[in-house]
Amino acid sequence: MTSISVTVNGATRKHDVEPRMLLVHYLREVLGLTGTHVGCDTSQCGACCVCVDGLVVKSCTVLAVQANGSKVTTIEGMSAPGLLHPLQEAFWEEHGLQCGFCTPGMIMAADDLLRRNPTPTEEEIRAGLDGNLCRCTGYHNIVKAVQRAAGRMGQTRDTFTIDAMAGKTDEFPTPAAKH
Amino acid sequence: MATMTQPAGFPFGTSMKRREDPRFITGRGNYTDDIKMPGTTYAVFVRSPYAHARVVGVDLTAARKSPGVSAIFTGKDLADGGMLPMPVGWLLPNMKMGERRALATETVRFVGEPVVVVIADSPYTARDAAELVRVDYEELRAQPDAEKAVGCDITVHDCAADNVSFHWMLGEKDKTDAAFNAAHTVVRQRLVNQRLIPNAIEPRASFAFYTSASDELTLYVTSQNPHIHRLLMAAFVLQIPEHKFRVIAPDVGGGFGSKIFVYPEECVIAWAAKATGRPVKWTAERRESFMTDHHGRDHVTDAEMALDADGKILGLRVYTIANLGAYLSLFGPAVPTYLYGTLLSGQYEIPTIFCDVRGVHTHTTPVDAYRGAGRPEACYVIERMVDLGARALNLDPAELRRRNFIPPDKFPYQTPVALTYDSGNYRPALDRALEMLDYEALRAEQAAARKEGRYIGIGFSTYIEACGLAPSNVVGSLGAQAGLWESATVRIHPTGKVTVFTGSHSHGQGHETTFSQLVAGEMGIPYEDVEIVHGDTGRVPFGMGTYGSRSGAVGGTAIHMSIEKIKEKAKRIAAHLLEAAPEDIELDSGKFSVRGSADRSKSWFDVSLAAYLAHNIPQGMEPGLDSTSFYDPTNFTYPFGAHIAVVEIDAETGKTELVRYVAVDDVGNVINPMIVDGQLHGGIAQGVAQALWEQGVYDENGQLITASLMEYGIPKAEQLPMYETDRTVTPSPVNPLGMKGAGEAGTIASTVAVANAVMDALAPFGIAHIDIPLTPAKVWQAIQDAPNRPEN
Repeated sequence: MTSISVTVNGATRKHDVEPRMLLVHYLREVLGLTGTHVGCDTSQCGACCVCVDGLVVKSCTVLAVQANGSKVTTIEGMSAPGLLHPLQEAFWEEHGLQCGFCTPGMIMAADDLLRRNPTPTEEEIRAGLDGNLCRCTGYHNIVKAVQRAAGRMGQTRDTFTIDAMAGKTDEFPTPAAKH
Repeated sequence: MATMTQPAGFPFGTSMKRREDPRFITGRGNYTDDIKMPGTTYAVFVRSPYAHARVVGVDLTAARKSPGVSAIFTGKDLADGGMLPMPVGWLLPNMKMGERRALATETVRFVGEPVVVVIADSPYTARDAAELVRVDYEELRAQPDAEKAVGCDITVHDCAADNVSFHWMLGEKDKTDAAFNAAHTVVRQRLVNQRLIPNAIEPRASFAFYTSASDELTLYVTSQNPHIHRLLMAAFVLQIPEHKFRVIAPDVGGGFGSKIFVYPEECVIAWAAKATGRPVKWTAERRESFMTDHHGRDHVTDAEMALDADGKILGLRVYTIANLGAYLSLFGPAVPTYLYGTLLSGQYEIPTIFCDVRGVHTHTTPVDAYRGAGRPEACYVIERMVDLGARALNLDPAELRRRNFIPPDKFPYQTPVALTYDSGNYRPALDRALEMLDYEALRAEQAAARKEGRYIGIGFSTYIEACGLAPSNVVGSLGAQAGLWESATVRIHPTGKVTVFTGSHSHGQGHETTFSQLVAGEMGIPYEDVEIVHGDTGRVPFGMGTYGSRSGAVGGTAIHMSIEKIKEKAKRIAAHLLEAAPEDIELDSGKFSVRGSADRSKSWFDVSLAAYLAHNIPQGMEPGLDSTSFYDPTNFTYPFGAHIAVVEIDAETGKTELVRYVAVDDVGNVINPMIVDGQLHGGIAQGVAQALWEQGVYDENGQLITASLMEYGIPKAEQLPMYETDRTVTPSPVNPLGMKGAGEAGTIASTVAVANAVMDALAPFGIAHIDIPLTPAKVWQAIQDAPNRPEN
C-alpha cells in the first residue's frame, strides 16, 4: 500500500491505496464520488474525465498514486450545492444529455476546452470533444450546450480558475438548480 | 378509440427542460455500478477465448487459494443448484432451439461465452483469481459467416444440422413471380446489412443481495424492462418465487435494445448472491460489452424490384439470410421476421411482395434487437431498391418515390405484408424536406461541382416504421411469449399531489419529464406536483418496459386511461361536495366547477382530501383516489418521414463527408418537442454511423476483430453535422393521445439516406452499389475499379 494525499474538490484526502489502483476507482470506490463514470477500458470514451492540476485527464488511465499531491476536480466539484456551473446549466438548457452517463466526462472535457479556447467555433468544439463519446444525442445538442456556455464563461472568465471550480462557484452568475 | 386533437395549452407540447437532468449534470445519477453495500463482493467472468471448443476440464485449485476469493462457480455448479437454461421469448413455427446455459458446461460457441465466475472481496482480487482459473479447451472448427454456415459441415447446434434455426416466409410467391414476369424493368442487388455492436456508454452491470430475514432476493440491473427480467428469471431460469424477487433498473446509461434481454451474467449474479449470502456485483468492461452484449443487424439479402415503364413498382422479392449468432437471444427470432418482412412495403403502394428469411446459427455473439430492430434492415432494402429503380429508369429518386406513395385517401391501408397502416400522408414530408434542402439549387450545385471534379451526392429515405409495440393478441399469434400492453397506476395523494407508477422504463428518453407534462396537462395541476416512478418491480405493479418506440404511445396511453378514470370519480366527488349533478361538473385548469357558475368550484386538493377522509363522499363510493390501467393497443403506430443526406466524397481518398442532413418526421402528436428532436438526432447519428463507419467484424476463426473502441467506429462529434429537422403532424388514430413514437425513426431512416447519397455522388463513375459501411478504403477501391472515370 502507498500513502497518498490528494485535494479533491477542495478537500484534502489521505488514504493508503494499492499502487495499481486507478484514479477513477479511488474516486468512485474509496471516496464515493460516483459521478465520474467508467465506460471503456481503452481511454476512448471519456466518461471518466476529471480535472487534475488544471488539465483534463481520463482517470481510468491514471493511477491514484500519480495524483498524489495534486488538485483534482470531479463533476461533483463543478458547482456548490444548489448552484450550477455555466456548462452544467447549458447542458440542461440545450438538452445536451439523454441517459446522462457520458455527461460528467463531457462537461469536464468541455470545461477544459473552454479554458483553452473561450470562444471556440463549432468545428473547434467538435474537435475538442474528440475524446468523448456519446451514443444518445448525436452530439447536436452537446455542441449547442458548449456554444451557450462559451458565451457565458466569457463574461466571467477572470474568475474562472481551478480554485474557483473547486470551491467558489457562487461567483458565477447562474441561477440555483431546482431539484 | 377516437382521435383527440393535440391537447391545448401548457404543458403538453412544450419543450420543458428535463427534470431528471439536475442529478445527471451534477454527478448524482444512480447507475447500477454506483450502488454499493457493506460486504459487497465482486464477480469476474472467465470467458472462452475460442469461437467453438469443447470444455475438457476446469482447474480451480490455484484460483481458490488466491487472496480475497469468496466463491467460484462453474456451469455444473449452477445446474446442480437448479438453474435452468436461458429462455427464448419468441417462437416461430418449426424453429430449432439449441440450449444455452448461463455458464457453458460442455461446449462454448462464441468468443466471450462465460464458463466460470469468480467472486472476491474487490474487483482487483477477483481479477487476480480469475487469471488463475485454468480451463482446458479442445478447439473445434468455427463458422462465423451465416451464408457459409447454411448446410456446412461445421454445426453450431446438433438440433439444427444445417445451422438453419428457422425458415420464414411472408407474402405471395406466385403472385410476386407473375409481377416480375410482366415487368418492364427489374433491378436486382445483393445487399449486406453489416453486424453492429450496440455500445451503450454505460456497460451492463448487475448488483444483487439476498435478505434472509424475508427470503427476498433483490437485483439491480441495467435493464430496459425490469418486470420482464423478474418474470423470466424467476419463472424460467432461477426458479424462485416471483413475489420474493425484486428487480430494480435504476438510472440506466443507454440501452438501444441491448438491455432488453435477460443475459447469463445477471442470472449468475442473482443466483450467486443467494448462494453466498453476500452482495455480489458485476460490471462489464468494454471488451466484455463488445463480446457479449447481443449484437444487431447482420443480414445478407438478395433483393429484386419489378417496375413498369412509368416507374410504378409492381413487386418486390426479398431473400434474406439473418445471422442469429450462436444462440437464440430473447427476441432474436422476431427481429429478422416480424419486425423486418412486414415493413418491406415502405411508404409505397406495391401490389405484391414476397419475403423469404432463413435464420442461421454461427459461432458469433447472439444477435437481437438493436436500435430499430429489423425495421432499419427493411428500410435499407426497400429504399436502396427504389433508388436503383430510379437509376435504371433515369428518373429523379424523389419523383419515383412520389409516383409510388400510398395516397392519403387510402388509409387505413392494407399492405401485402400483413400490416395495416393506420394513417399517413407522405408527400408533405418529402416536399418539406426538399424545400428545406433547396433541392433544385442543390442539384445545380452538384452538376457544377462534378465539372470541377467534386463529387456531391444527395440521398433520400422516405421511411416507414411500425412501433408502439404492440397488440398482445396479434404478437401472441405470431409467436411472442409475452403481451405487449403497458400498465400505469396513477395515485392522487390526499393533498392532491400525484405519483405515477409506470411500466415504461426511461434510460435516456426523459419519461420523468414527458409523463409529468402529460399528467399535469390532463389534470390541470402544476407540473411540480407530479412524480414519476419507474424501473422497480417493488413499486410498479407490472410493466413491459421500453423498446420499440412504445413508451409514449402505449405507456403514455395507460397513464391517460388512469387519469380519465380518476377524473370521472373526482367529478362525482366534486358534484357531491357542490351539490350538483356529476354531468354538470367541468374540470378546467385544475378546478371542478358547476357548468354555468364558475364561482362554485373545488380544487384537486379539496376533492382528493374528501376522497381519503371519506367523511362526505357519495354513498356507496369506495374511498381513495387512484387507478391502475392496462392499455393494450389495437394496432401498431406508423411514424414516417423523409430524410435527405448530402455528402461530398473526396475521390482521391474515398473519404465521405456528411455535409447536410435534413429530416422531416411525422411522429404524431408530441409532448415535448425538444426531447423528440433529441431522440431523432441520436438515431440519425447511429444510422449515419452504420452507413459510413461501424461494423462488427469476425475473422474466419470466429475471433472478434472489433473488440474495443479502438477498432469499432463509434462516431465522434467532429464526424457529424448539425441536423436540420422539422415535423409534419398526422395524429395516430390508434391511441387517444395521437402519438406514434420517435425513438427509432432516426436510425431507421438515416443509414440508407446516407448510402443513397454516396451512390448518387459516385454515379459519374458508373458505381451503382457498394455495401455499407462506406469506409474510405471501400469507396476508394470502388472508384479504382469503376467502369467510368469521368474526365475533369
